[in-house]
Amino acid sequence: MPNAHDALFRTLADPTRRALFERLCREGEQTVGALTAQSGVSQPAVSKHLGVLRQAGLVRDRHEGRQTHYSAQLGALAPLIDWTSQMAGFWQSRFDHLEDLLKRMDQ
Amino acid sequence: MNTEATETLTVVVEREIPFPPEKIWRALTQPHLIEEWLMKSDFKPAVDHRFSFRADWGAVDCQVMAIEPNKTLSYTWAAHGLDSVVTWTLMPAGTGTLLRMEQSGFRPDQKQAFHGARFGWQKFLASLEQTLAKVD
Repeated sequence: MPNAHDALFRTLADPTRRALFERLCREGEQTVGALTAQSGVSQPAVSKHLGVLRQAGLVRDRHEGRQTHYSAQLGALAPLIDWTSQMAGFWQSRFDHLEDLLKRMDQ
Repeated sequence: MNTEATETLTVVVEREIPFPPEKIWRALTQPHLIEEWLMKSDFKPAVDHRFSFRADWGAVDCQVMAIEPNKTLSYTWAAHGLDSVVTWTLMPAGTGTLLRMEQSGFRPDQKQAFHGARFGWQKFLASLEQTLAKVD
């Protein structure tokens, strides 16, 4: 199973970061200033969290004049939501290995 | 996306294998054999036994839930924040066996039925799915 999961989980493990991401999902594009106003933490802290979210592909930034606007990238969550097809692929390949092993085993 | 209260995420893989159940059972329950097709583990065929599977990408935490030699085996499977149960069923089919693996993941409302839910991911993912459903 992929390390993409680990990266996403690590990124979203922080409650402040997760709240920022959920807010962008819910309310659409926001400036750093608007996000800071409701976050309860300082603007540098918000900017740092947004940087981590951006590295994980969870948000995108857009510069307009002196403002930076952030928006959620829902596609980055696909590895999490597509759990069933990932696991199905994992087990199919394990069944292949199991059959190979059974052929080699003594009765 | 459906977020109905009773929904689970389920994966089923089923295959006819030209070997008897007894032989497949050994491969499912003996660590030196499990390692060859699945992962390294300290599995023991005893109900409540806690064990893990280990691979280069990380570990899966497990506990044996039910065991009936040569017929069925189930254990919890917790990895990457998602808790699930893996159930193996072996049914004789001619000279071989129909081997079925079912893995079911739990939704947040079912979390109480499942000890060891270490993260709030299920809840988080459910709320995200609701958000995504609105976006569509």
